[in-house]
Amino acid sequence: MSETMKVPTMAEYMAQGKQPEVLFWVGCAGSFDDRAKKITKAFVKLLNRANVEFAVLGTEESCTGDPAKRSGNEFLFQMQAVTNIEVMNAYEIKKIVTACPHCFNTIKNEYPELGGSYEVMHHTQFLKTLLDEGRLTIEGGKFKGKRITFHDPCYLGRANDVYEAPRDLIKKLEVELIEMRKCKKNGLCCGAGGAQMFKEPEKGDKDVNVERTEQAMEVKPDIIAAGCPFCNTMMTDGVKAKEKEDSIEVMDIAELIANAEDL
Amino acid sequence: MSYLPNIIFAIILVIGIGYFAKNVKKLIRNINLGQDIDVSDNKSQRWKNMAMIALGQSKMVRRPIAGLLHVIVYVGFVVINIEVLEIIIDGLFGTHRIFSAVGPLYGYLIGAFEILAVLVLAAVGLFWIRRNIIRLKRFMNPEMKGWPKNDGNIILYFEVVLMCLFLIMNATDNAFQVMSSGNIVSQYITPLFVNLSESTIHIIERTTWWLHISGILVFLNYLYFSKHLHILLAFPNTYYGHLTPKGKFNNLESVTNEVKMMMDPNVDPFAVPPEVAEAVPAKFGVSDVQDLNWVQLLNSYTCTECGRCTSECPASQTGKKLSPRKIMMDTRDRLEEVGKNIDANKGTFKEDGKQLLDDYITREELWACTSCNACTEACPVSIDPLSIILDMRRYLVMEQSAAPVELNNMMTNIENNGAPWPYNQMDRLNWKNE
Repeated sequence: MSETMKVPTMAEYMAQGKQPEVLFWVGCAGSFDDRAKKITKAFVKLLNRANVEFAVLGTEESCTGDPAKRSGNEFLFQMQAVTNIEVMNAYEIKKIVTACPHCFNTIKNEYPELGGSYEVMHHTQFLKTLLDEGRLTIEGGKFKGKRITFHDPCYLGRANDVYEAPRDLIKKLEVELIEMRKCKKNGLCCGAGGAQMFKEPEKGDKDVNVERTEQAMEVKPDIIAAGCPFCNTMMTDGVKAKEKEDSIEVMDIAELIANAEDL
Repeated sequence: MSYLPNIIFAIILVIGIGYFAKNVKKLIRNINLGQDIDVSDNKSQRWKNMAMIALGQSKMVRRPIAGLLHVIVYVGFVVINIEVLEIIIDGLFGTHRIFSAVGPLYGYLIGAFEILAVLVLAAVGLFWIRRNIIRLKRFMNPEMKGWPKNDGNIILYFEVVLMCLFLIMNATDNAFQVMSSGNIVSQYITPLFVNLSESTIHIIERTTWWLHISGILVFLNYLYFSKHLHILLAFPNTYYGHLTPKGKFNNLESVTNEVKMMMDPNVDPFAVPPEVAEAVPAKFGVSDVQDLNWVQLLNSYTCTECGRCTSECPASQTGKKLSPRKIMMDTRDRLEEVGKNIDANKGTFKEDGKQLLDDYITREELWACTSCNACTEACPVSIDPLSIILDMRRYLVMEQSAAPVELNNMMTNIENNGAPWPYNQMDRLNWKNE
């Protein structure tokens, strides 16, 4: 597998005196979480397929500070932000793509005031442009005719009003895109945001991810599509909690496209 | 002697408006207890938001039933108030239905008012049924017990009484009925009084006229003590609402200054802090209402406790203690308490051993938030409970180091190895070869 994947770093580009088209911000989940690493690889394969000249920061990348900020630790957030901005500005980065809506939101909205202004895209937006520019083609492949529902990540949807790019991509797979009762602006959170991913939930009647999974199950999907590594984990756990892992798959949109193409 | 009613009317009017003005002054004073925030940008967008969201009710109608009923009551309230202008002129100058001088248009106006009055009665009836018979879930949360529940019903009763008075007033106004223009509804009420003498009918007409205007003045003064302030504050509140993407949380400038100093290799760590150091606030984050900014305080007075935020909140939906509506109600209640404290102590706040944190809003509520913005999206008048939750978390973390243990571990990991989990930063690209 690894032979077929080209993952150059910014340092390598710099050494050659070149500048990539876009920086792929992998994020902590994409770098370390076993499930999210598959999303990272799927996206890289698509970038390779479309001959996109991208680079990653590799070991020079560090947490954007999102979970620290949302926990209330503005100090730690700003330390992370300033460090990352220093690295990216040194590489004269202009454009960033990331498969994590939390990184996306933080770099796009919260870095400019600290000196880091970049064009930031979510990977679904980026894939959509590749498609529009004819650099990438999508065919239904093995998902043709499947029922797919899309779970809007809060930090992509409500937080940044990106609702259509992921849906446009799903539709290209010649599948049946079905909307949940609560979708787009009214989408229900998976329960991971605001640093909840890293702690046990407060006492209640139910876990948020189970509630959301039940909403997804109402539309009887074959696949729950996600656009966020954290949502992915939460929904996967939700499906397991409902003992539906044999009939419902949770997949990132990048994985859907890469798998459809058998990459 | 013949001027007595005019004088009495003027006195009632002055007292009614004067007392309200006094409370408005107090309201503004309380809101100004908040920190300064610059909201002078993007005026055109702000006016547009106010026109769309407050005047145009664009977010109310996202829930069609409540939205439609609300639009009826709202339009009824605004339009029927034209009648109040006539009543005030009549009352002050001893005229009777002064606007009738405009001719046939008057009939259309009053006719429209009468139809609206009936629609308002119907809408208010349905609102009451939703609250008391159907008992919609969002009106049944723990924070809605006691006064908030009664407040909601009192407002509905007020509206019923005012509308009935208006219709009976028209029905018993012989001169108006004789005109037979605009009495679309009241003509069917008139027969109820047919057995009474003309003088009795006149007394009923006068009584309802006086009760109607007095009722309106009482209602005006009730606003300050009620959730119903939204009918006025929705306008400034939507004007000052967020314009940036919902995911953008504000930057703490005071922290930026410190971080810059820490990161700047040219800073002499032993230098005497310059004067600017005074600009560093006494505390980071929010533990009491005076630490919030004034827009957040305005938010709290604007909240009409509809509970759309709470019904959309993932934490509330899954039985956690957090309710965004309660965050707003607690903020307002504490602010009122602080305001009363200032009034009782000749203009200065006397420490009362209480604060917004813990005495009103518990930590359990604050930590249950997923920061998903469902509450801010749901609010029909651009209130932002999330910013208050975040500011209070900031206080807990930066002033008290009181985050839940797991979050402290997560933050330690970020500090040590640049990821929320304990992985080595040098392994960040290992996925490439796996």
